[in-house]
Amino acid sequence: MAAKSNLTNMALVLSATCLICAAILGCVYAVTAAPIAETNANIQKAAIAAVLPEGVEVSEAVPIKVGGEDSEYYVGTKDGAPVAYAVKSTTSGFGGALTLMVGLTPDGKVYNTSVLSHTETPGLGAKCTSDPAFTAQWKGFDTGSKILSVKKDGGDVDAITASTITSRAYTLAVKNAYEAVKGLAK
Amino acid sequence: MSKMQLITKGFVKDNPTFVLLLGMCPTLATTTSAINGLSMGLATLFVLVLSNMAISLVAKVTPDKVHIPVYIVVIATFVTVLQLLMQAFTPAIYSALGVFIPLIVVNCIILGRAEAFASKHNVIDSALDGIGVGLGFVVSLTVIGIVREILGSGSVFGWKFITGDGILAFIMAPGAFLVLGYLMVLFNKYLAKK
Repeated sequence: MAAKSNLTNMALVLSATCLICAAILGCVYAVTAAPIAETNANIQKAAIAAVLPEGVEVSEAVPIKVGGEDSEYYVGTKDGAPVAYAVKSTTSGFGGALTLMVGLTPDGKVYNTSVLSHTETPGLGAKCTSDPAFTAQWKGFDTGSKILSVKKDGGDVDAITASTITSRAYTLAVKNAYEAVKGLAK
Repeated sequence: MSKMQLITKGFVKDNPTFVLLLGMCPTLATTTSAINGLSMGLATLFVLVLSNMAISLVAKVTPDKVHIPVYIVVIATFVTVLQLLMQAFTPAIYSALGVFIPLIVVNCIILGRAEAFASKHNVIDSALDGIGVGLGFVVSLTVIGIVREILGSGSVFGWKFITGDGILAFIMAPGAFLVLGYLMVLFNKYLAKK
């Protein structure tokens, strides 16, 4: 069974344990840092590609204020002319931050949306990433002729069943993104 | 206790979920689908086996008064290692389990096995004990996940057999309690018969 405690061996064992554990963590971190950065970059890249038209060149990140928060956007250009913007937009959903990548064209249409990260309830709010009835309506959503809020609030967005708060957050994120780049197109 | 018994006892006699009722927080929260339950079970199994082994090695030199802090540091280290590995190589599962990966640190199954078993036995027995109890946890979580997914989403491991929604309540917290409760009834009925 365990050794008898005195100040010296308690301090020694605790320090040694922490030292070894810290060393292990340092090694694992060093090994995984590159793959983690790569994975995150791929997720971001895939999200940008998903919300911009095919065959466009994507610019470097440009800082912008979205909904009053610091964020960034990417310009998709074709033959030198900007054809769409991908805007990173964060709002708070039902379970925490909901971060979207929103693709917008200069004529005020939503090209597509993609979820970067979320903490919504699995099976309910989390459907905002997968439910085709919800995600498909964003393709070509015309902000000129339709109102960007859920139907319950008098808008034109179909909410996810039993997940109005998530749907509202999603809609707000798109709206913030639209407001942020509205001025750029002109 | 034979080596084989060490592995099998976690399934029935010392099943962490249905008999010992340990680790209820991840059990209720992550079993919204079969794949989530399975992943959470495997993540816990990984930490449990490694921490059991490490703790059985350090138990003899650890002074009595600081053994809990030492165990917690050891467990936290393995959880962080797991977290980094999952973030790097299985990002989809990592984002599905979210906050429950770091919370494995405070899963009472792990500290419970460290205190009750690993600190008093040798490395091999402790590893087997970790595998046994861990597998019991994996199976329990997967079963709860399967039942909740069938009732709540009408699918099994993501394969949908009905169109539209299932009974949404089973995906939410009340469904977790209901399914756990009824499975526990069945489990105890089975145990009583034996």
